Amino acid sequence: MSFWIVGPPKEQTPMGDEVLVAISSDMDVVRARQTGRSMATQVGLSRSEATLLATAISEVARNIVEYVGEGQILLCTVNLNGMEGIKVVATDSGPGIENVATALQDGESSGGRLGLGLPGARRLMDEFHMVSKVGEGTTVTMTKWKGPGRG
Amino acid sequence: MQAPRTEGDDSCLPELVSHLRDNRTGLREEWAQRITDAHLLSAMSEEEIFSEVTSVFDKYVDTLETGSVESLQEYAEDLSERIIPRGVETHEVLGIVLLLRDVLARSLFQKYQEDFELLNRVLDAYEPAANRIAVIVGVSFVQERERVIGQQQATIRELSTPVLQVRERLLALPIIGELDSQRAAQLTDQLLNAVRSNRARVVVIDITGVPSIDKNVANHLVQTVRACRLMGAAVLVTGLSSDIARTLVTLGVDLSMMDTVGDLQGGIEEAEHLLGYEVRKAQAASPEDKR
Amino acid sequence: MPVPILKQGHYLVASIQDALSDGEVLELQENLLKQIGDFRARGIIVDVTAMDVIDSFASRSLRTVALTTRLRGAEMVIVGIQPDVASAMVQFGLLMDDINTALNLEEGLEFLDRWTAERADADGG
Repeated sequence: MSFWIVGPPKEQTPMGDEVLVAISSDMDVVRARQTGRSMATQVGLSRSEATLLATAISEVARNIVEYVGEGQILLCTVNLNGMEGIKVVATDSGPGIENVATALQDGESSGGRLGLGLPGARRLMDEFHMVSKVGEGTTVTMTKWKGPGRG
Repeated sequence: MQAPRTEGDDSCLPELVSHLRDNRTGLREEWAQRITDAHLLSAMSEEEIFSEVTSVFDKYVDTLETGSVESLQEYAEDLSERIIPRGVETHEVLGIVLLLRDVLARSLFQKYQEDFELLNRVLDAYEPAANRIAVIVGVSFVQERERVIGQQQATIRELSTPVLQVRERLLALPIIGELDSQRAAQLTDQLLNAVRSNRARVVVIDITGVPSIDKNVANHLVQTVRACRLMGAAVLVTGLSSDIARTLVTLGVDLSMMDTVGDLQGGIEEAEHLLGYEVRKAQAASPEDKR
Repeated sequence: MPVPILKQGHYLVASIQDALSDGEVLELQENLLKQIGDFRARGIIVDVTAMDVIDSFASRSLRTVALTTRLRGAEMVIVGIQPDVASAMVQFGLLMDDINTALNLEEGLEFLDRWTAERADADGG
């Protein structure tokens, strides 16, 4: 008589929640960050972590509204080896940024898309990537993980 | 000759479930006995073991019948929350679930021993379900333990960095021990919340007891000072050894953000002076009070 | 809905409930300037207790309002920045070093009292 393990029940690695928010106005900025905050809370991020996430979302969303006019933000819950977090993917089909590295440098306090926003948002998140092609658009991907010792 | 295995053949399930239910009392006793023989759940009394055994048995058989994972998970989480504070360990939980699995399996062997083919079909139905139960219960328990440990660690961290209210409007934060980024972040959180609840106007952060700090932590300190300012509280940093001060300057940390004073005592006196000055000012509006 | 502005002695108190759009910020600024004139207000308290996020736009806006109203002779104090918001702001790099901040309305009023008293002393010579 032998027995076999069928495998872990599917609930162990739940499918991530995903929410897509269209961005074209101030209200969308608020909606995106509030959604981010509530997803963060659901996943168990602390209040401070949720605020960091919401602030970063606000920044990239506003960036889209101000410099491109419209775009979208995808918010997902992610799970990496038991570590939970929220991933944000902000995309637009705007003019694009020629030099991403410069845009992410600190001290660019002049106006335009090279304002304080992006470097600041990067500092708030655990992971941050930006890809941009002139004439095609920009995608910012960033993730906030749940810190240790949270219930 | 082995009967062909049909995974997921649940047709025997109702029959084996009712057999297990009919023999509930005997099987439960057998299980409880085996738990005691194996010296498991030693942290619990006999009554406690009996009551847990009763409820787990029923839940086990229910789950075999319904296959409902959610319901079992909920149950397992509840159970874990209850027994972890009583000191039950992981190997004990896995142990008792596997013992139950075995007790029930043997009961099935005994009942169907005359009909090998039927026995095989019964086991085809029983084994995947029983294995799933063991995994779910085990995993739930481990996850709950990790959560509890995480919480305990957070509490320890908080306790080891107490924010003290020295006077009205004056908070002191003597930091002892190495500061890493994580502790520094937790410290900032704690301090800012204390500023709000104590309505502090001055905070004295003493780092005499911190042997060394690197650039990250130094920046954290600077940020804590800035954040306190946004909440209307002035910060004095005391106990900055000349070693640390040198290191910070070399690292290019912006010390201009921090008002530093020699030691904690001196810092508190300076803080009282700052606050006292305010109080004096409010009481007497004459310009002579300005120093 | 425009931000409500209340009069408290010689001061104005504006409580920001939600995130403000560009237009709403301008509106707030205009209303404050008008009321400073109407009531000869010497100080303004902007209460941001209800703001759960202060991003670079919000911070810039608050700064602009502070500088503009100061030109009109009224000093501004921002009160009610929450712990996690303060934390996020400094991590982000939004310093607001040149803006007055206080813990809450009460502290803000005390600050303005001291400020106006000091200015009166200075003017009195």
